[in-house]
Amino acid sequence: MKHIKTLNTASLKKSAEKGGCGECQASCQSACKTSCTVANQTCEK
Amino acid sequence: MIHKYRLNGYNIIMDVNSGAVHVTDDVTFDMVGDDGGVSMPDMEEQRRKYAGKYTEAQMDEAAGEIAQLVQSGALFSEDYYAGFAAKAISSPIKSMCLHIAHDCNLVCDYCFAAKGDFGHGRCLMSARIGKKAIDFLIEKSANRRNLEVDFFGGEPLMNFGVVKEIVEYARSLEKEHNKNFRFTITTNGVLLNDDIIDYINGQMSNIVLSIDGRPEINDRFRKTAGGRGSYDLIIDKYKKLVSKRVGDYYVRGTFTRENLDFSEDVLHLWSCGFDQISVEPVVTSPELDYSLREEDIPAICEEYEKLAKIIIEMKQKGERINFFHFNIDLDGGPCIIKRLKGCGCGNEYVAVTPEGDIYPCHQFVGMEEWKMGSLEDGSFDNDKKQLFAANHVLSKEKCSDCWAKFYCSGGCSANNVQYMGDIRKPHEISCALEKKRVECAVMIKAALS
Repeated sequence: MKHIKTLNTASLKKSAEKGGCGECQASCQSACKTSCTVANQTCEK
Repeated sequence: MIHKYRLNGYNIIMDVNSGAVHVTDDVTFDMVGDDGGVSMPDMEEQRRKYAGKYTEAQMDEAAGEIAQLVQSGALFSEDYYAGFAAKAISSPIKSMCLHIAHDCNLVCDYCFAAKGDFGHGRCLMSARIGKKAIDFLIEKSANRRNLEVDFFGGEPLMNFGVVKEIVEYARSLEKEHNKNFRFTITTNGVLLNDDIIDYINGQMSNIVLSIDGRPEINDRFRKTAGGRGSYDLIIDKYKKLVSKRVGDYYVRGTFTRENLDFSEDVLHLWSCGFDQISVEPVVTSPELDYSLREEDIPAICEEYEKLAKIIIEMKQKGERINFFHFNIDLDGGPCIIKRLKGCGCGNEYVAVTPEGDIYPCHQFVGMEEWKMGSLEDGSFDNDKKQLFAANHVLSKEKCSDCWAKFYCSGGCSANNVQYMGDIRKPHEISCALEKKRVECAVMIKAALS
């Protein structure tokens, strides 16, 4: 594309298909302790 | 829904439901319509609106590319997630904060733990309670394999023998129960020595080292009982620990109204040799002089922007620096289920006090009305657990239409209670800062792409 650069794939909907395993970090506890930011956590898969 | 913003010379369009992020030129940025738009605007109307600003050819091309993205599900994508509420059920508990010591060898003025004892008197956790907590976690974790246990306080190194006993006990049960314990510890560093450094470097998957940044900033709040600043007591110990460390760590500071120029603290910590840095807004009573107020939001946002630009320059020079709140993985981050559920507080995650009392998280400890149970008498309030399970981002009125809902996932229940009196009402200052951090994090990705 000439006018638009897309930085990533549109993957959120797809992530529901195999998501929800529950093995990822559950809270802010092991990093910041006061302000949970879910999107900066990593997926276990 | 889209969120569009300009920052540091970049035009960024985020498609909320698909997670796609686009960087565009000016004509596309204008033609795509308003921030918050939920469907492609009438392009004929847009052409008329911008007729004097862009050529017909430019607008034709931009409209064509916008239409392509809509077609591919990467712009104005559908909200597929409304049905999620019915699936917001209680989950296994797989994460635990152990309050090893409700006692502390520092008396930091801003401490949310009331100088270490959470307002309930000084007390150390026994190995017996710690082992009961591990048993509880194994039982409640059902088929979850990865279990997180954070050693917290007060100051956990004041009771380090019990930390080691608990680690050994949990490790002895891993194989039998098919569990993988990930231990972490949060320390003020005062009691670190070579033996402790080697032990925690060997056993902890993450270590959080508390320090606020520049010496005068750290020592303003982080003092010994005698009033001495702690910076000189800890800095060399942290350097030694990190020099020997292979795994994750964070040097973690707090900023208050008194250091809204906190990017200087991030840079100071980096100049000391630390490249994993977290500096966070203070959580404290709004009446206190150093608490963050609504009128501080513009200055804090400006500081986040300044820090983002500095980080871009550093990374372009090949320097290593990771600021926790700018972490974002646009392709491999959490799945949508996790993003909808948000923090596991009170559902997947609990905190245990030295007395064996169970709370939704470490920040709820001491709020009697939120106590969930006790390891001593075996009680556990499943109704409270369900309350937290149902507290997902779509259940919060102010979150459900917010562009940042799949990034912050509804924020921090403890902050919501402390400032708003309700786990479902997001704290407005926290929201404003979180949105700015996400915008900065995405902009950094755009700049480095």
